[in-house]
Amino acid sequence: MSKTPKPDELSKVDYTPPKTGWMDTPAEFKQGMWCYGSKPKNLETLEFPNPRQWSPADEDWKLPENWQEILLNGLKERLDKYRSFKVFMDICVRCGACADKCHFFIGSGDPKNMPVLRAELLRSVYRGNFTTAGKILGKLAGARKLTYSVLKEWWYYFFQCTECRRCSVFCPYGIDTAEITMMARELLNLLGLNTDWISGPAANCYMKGNHLGLEPHTIVGNLEYMLDDIETITGIKIKPSFNRKGAEILFVTPSGDLFADPGTYTAMGYLMLFHELGLDYTWSTYASEGGNFGFFTSNELAKRLNSKIYAEAKRLGVKWILGGECGHMWRVLNQYMDMWNGPADFLLVPKSPVTGTVFENAKSTKMVHIAEFTADLIKHGKLKLDPKRNDHLKVTFHDSCNTARGMGIFEEPRYIIKNVCNHFYEMDEHTIREKTFCCGSGSGLNAGENMELRMRGGLPRANAVKDVVEKYGVNMLANICAIDRAALPAILDYWVPGTGCTGVHELVANALVMKGEKERTTNLRGEPLNGMEGQE
Amino acid sequence: MNAILSLIAVIALILIALLGVKTANLHSLFGIAVPYAAMAIFLIGVISRVLKWGRSPVPFCIPTTCGQQKSLPWIKQSKLDNPSTTSGVIGRMLLEVLLFRSLFSNTAFELRNGPKVAYGSTRWLWLGGLAFHWSFLVVLIRHLRLFTEPVPACLSSLEVLDGFLQIGAPGLLLSGVVLLLAVTYLFLRRVLIPEVRYISLAADYFPLFLILSIALSGIIMRYFTKVDIVGVKALTLGLVSFNAVIPEGISVVFYIHLFLVSALLAYIPFSKIMHLGGVLLSPTRNMPNNSRMERHINPWNYPVHVHTYEEYENDFREKMKSAGIPVEKE
Ligand code: HEM
Ligand code: SF4
Ligand code: SF4
Repeated sequence: MSKTPKPDELSKVDYTPPKTGWMDTPAEFKQGMWCYGSKPKNLETLEFPNPRQWSPADEDWKLPENWQEILLNGLKERLDKYRSFKVFMDICVRCGACADKCHFFIGSGDPKNMPVLRAELLRSVYRGNFTTAGKILGKLAGARKLTYSVLKEWWYYFFQCTECRRCSVFCPYGIDTAEITMMARELLNLLGLNTDWISGPAANCYMKGNHLGLEPHTIVGNLEYMLDDIETITGIKIKPSFNRKGAEILFVTPSGDLFADPGTYTAMGYLMLFHELGLDYTWSTYASEGGNFGFFTSNELAKRLNSKIYAEAKRLGVKWILGGECGHMWRVLNQYMDMWNGPADFLLVPKSPVTGTVFENAKSTKMVHIAEFTADLIKHGKLKLDPKRNDHLKVTFHDSCNTARGMGIFEEPRYIIKNVCNHFYEMDEHTIREKTFCCGSGSGLNAGENMELRMRGGLPRANAVKDVVEKYGVNMLANICAIDRAALPAILDYWVPGTGCTGVHELVANALVMKGEKERTTNLRGEPLNGMEGQE
Repeated sequence: MNAILSLIAVIALILIALLGVKTANLHSLFGIAVPYAAMAIFLIGVISRVLKWGRSPVPFCIPTTCGQQKSLPWIKQSKLDNPSTTSGVIGRMLLEVLLFRSLFSNTAFELRNGPKVAYGSTRWLWLGGLAFHWSFLVVLIRHLRLFTEPVPACLSSLEVLDGFLQIGAPGLLLSGVVLLLAVTYLFLRRVLIPEVRYISLAADYFPLFLILSIALSGIIMRYFTKVDIVGVKALTLGLVSFNAVIPEGISVVFYIHLFLVSALLAYIPFSKIMHLGGVLLSPTRNMPNNSRMERHINPWNYPVHVHTYEEYENDFREKMKSAGIPVEKE
C-alpha cells in the first residue's frame, strides 16, 4: 500500500483537464485510489458469477470469453427495468451544472470525477450500442465501443463514486449519477468485478446477519462490555434482550456501532435511552445489520440482505420496528424496503409507547427512525436532560448523504442536539442539508487501501468543519450515520486534527438524567465531566 | 474540434438549401416536402421516444429529497423540495420547468490555499438558460401568426409586448435579440469554461449553431432583406391546410430558414433536446417522498434466494444457546 501524501501536498489540486479528450485518455490506476478485488470465497457465498483470484492491477482480469455480450445484455435488461436509467441515458445536455458538485472532483481534479463525465463513461457505450445516432456517427455522437480499457475505466471510476446524490440536487433534470453508478456496479458484478471491501462484508451480512461477521454470542458479548461501562458510569445495570419473541419493538441498527469507537458510544446511548424509557424491545442477532452492503452491489443482493428485517419482525411477532442511526440503511428503508420485501401487513402502525404519538409517516413500512422517535420524546418532555454535561463540546452536525437526499431528515437530529447540547453551530450553508458533502467513504469505499481517495473525497466535508473549528472552536462533529462514525475520524485526523466525531444518541445519553443513577463523573467515553473546560 | 465539425455541419445544411433552391430550383422540395417530412419525423420521433421511456417501469420511489421530510406534525415540512403529495410534486415540477429551480441553486467553488474551499452562488447558467428557453418559446408562439388567419388577438398583443422598445421599422422584437444573445452565451460558456469544453460533444455544439443560424436567418429576413411576407404567409397557410403551393418571389433566405428549422425538428427526437420530455419523466423529481406511508409496487419484483433464520440458527445454535439467546429448536 502506498503512503498517503501529506495534507498540504494533497490539497494542491490541479483542475486543468488533460490535453487529450476523455475518450482518448485511458484510466490510470493510481495507488491509493482503488480497492482490492473481490475474493472468490465471498462471491461463492453470495452465489455471484466468476469467482476467482484476481487483482485490479493485473493486466488480465480473468473474464469469461463473452464478457462484452454479458455486459451489453445486462445493460439492455436494466434499461428495460429502470425508467430512471433509460431517461438519464438520454437527456443529459452536458450543461456542467453538476460538474463541480462532486466531492471527488473537488478533491482530485480528475475530470472523470465530474458526475457528468462519470455518467458519460457508461452513456458513451449506451450510445454506441443502443442508439441510431451513436451507431452511425460513432465518436461524433459521443459513442464508443465497449473495450477492455473502457471496462477498466468503469471499474476505476464507478468505485470512486459514493452514490451520494449531491449531483442530482443541482441537475436541472434531477439526473442522479448515483443511480448510474448503481447500474454500472450491477453490470460489473455480472463479471465478478466487485471490491473486497464490499463483497466481504456483504457475504458476512448474508451468512451472519451483519457486515462485521459478528456471531450471535459475540454480539451479546460486545453489548455486555458496553453494559459494564454503563454500570461503571451511571451505577445502573441494564439487561437488554436478544431475539425475544413477543417484544413490542424490534430494534435494528448498523453493526458498526457494536464494534468500534466512537460508534459503540452511540450504541450505549441507545441502551441507556431504552432502559430509561422501560421500552419493551429486543435486539436481533439474525437481523443484526441495518446497513446493507448489497445496496453497493446489486438490487437483488440488497433485497436478499434486507429481507431479514421483516422476516425477523414476523418471527418474533413484534408490533413495529425502530431503526438506529445510519445513512444508506435509511435510504434503503425509505425508498426500497417496502417494494422489495413488503407489505409489512403483519405489523402495526408504529406508536410511541411513551408519548402515544402515532408515526403516520411510517404507516406502510412500520419502521421509525430513532431521531424521529427521540425528537418526539423530547418535544413531549419525556426525558430529563442536563445539557450542561455536554458543555465541553462545541458541536456541529453533518447531514449524511443518504438521510439528507434520500429521505430529508434534517430537523429531527438538530432538534435533539439543541436540546442536549448548549453549543451548536452550523457549517457553511453550501455544505449542509440537501447540499451536504459526503464523508468520502460511503457506498463501500471505506477501505484502507484507497486512503488517498478517501482523504481527497473527504476534503470538502472536512474543510467545512475546519471553518467552524476556526470560527467557533467547534470540537465535535455529530452525525446519524455509522459509516460516518467509522470513516470520519480518520478524515478529521488528517484534515482537522483534534476534532471528534459522535453519534447523536451518544450526546443524548450523556445529557440523559436517569432514574436512580449515581452522580456521573465521566461521560460515556470515560472522560472526566467536572473539568467542563468549555464553560464560558 | 467538436465545435468546428458541428459548425461545418450547419454550414453544409445552409449550402444544401441555398444550392437546392437557387441553382436546382427545387422550391417545392424545400418549401413543401422537406417541412412535411421533418414534421412527421418530429411527431413520430418524439412520441415514440416518450413511449419508449414510458415502457420502462419505475420500480422504486427515488425522489431526490431537497428539504425537510414530512414526519412529526410539529416539524415543518418542505412541501416543494420534499413533497409527499401529488400537489407538492406538481408544484416542484412546475417550478423546475418554468423557472429552472434546481439551476437557480447552482454554486461554484474555489479551492484556495490553506486549503480552504469556498462556495458562492452562480446564476449565470440559470439566467442564460431561462432567457434562452423563454425567448425561444416567445419566438415560437409569435410564429403562429403565420399559420392562422385571422391572427388571434392574443398573438397580436404578445407581439406588441415583445416590441415594446419600439426601435426601428419593422419594430425590433425583443425575443429574437434575447434568443441570439442567450445562444451566444451558451456557446461561449461551452468553449470558455475548461470543464464544460472538456465534456462537450459535437452533439452539444450542433444544436447551438443550428439555432443560432435559424435566429440569424430570421433576423436577416425581418430587418434586412425584408422578405415578401404575403407570399410566405400564403405558403405557410397552405402548409397547414394541406394544399400548399409555392408562391413566386420568396427570397432564398426564407428557404434556408425553413430548411434549418426542418433540420432542427427532425433532429430533436434523436438528440438531447428531448430533455423537455425527459424532465417530466425523471423519477428523482416527479415522485413524492411518501414511500414509508404508501406502498409503491415494483412490477418486476421477484423472489430471491435468502439466508433464512432457520439456516442461521442451524449454523449457530450451540453458540446462541451458550450465550443465552433463545432458539427455535433446542
Ligand atoms: C423543462 C425544463 C427545461 C430545462 C430545465 C431546460 C434546461 C436546459 C439547459 C440547462 C440547457 C443547456 C444549455 C447548454 O449548456 O447548452 C438546455 C438547452 C436546450 N434546451 Fe432546454 N430545458 C428545458 C425545456 C426545454 C424545452 C421545452 C425545449 C423545447 C424545445 C428546450 C430546448 C432546448 C434547446 C433547443 C437547447 C439548446 C441546444 C442545446 O444545447 O442542446 N428545452 N435546456
Ligand atoms: S447537471 Fe444534469 S444535464 Fe447538466 S451536465 Fe450534469 S447531469 Fe447533465
Ligand atoms: S453521486 Fe456523489 S460521488 Fe457520485 S458522482 Fe454524484 S456527487 Fe459524485
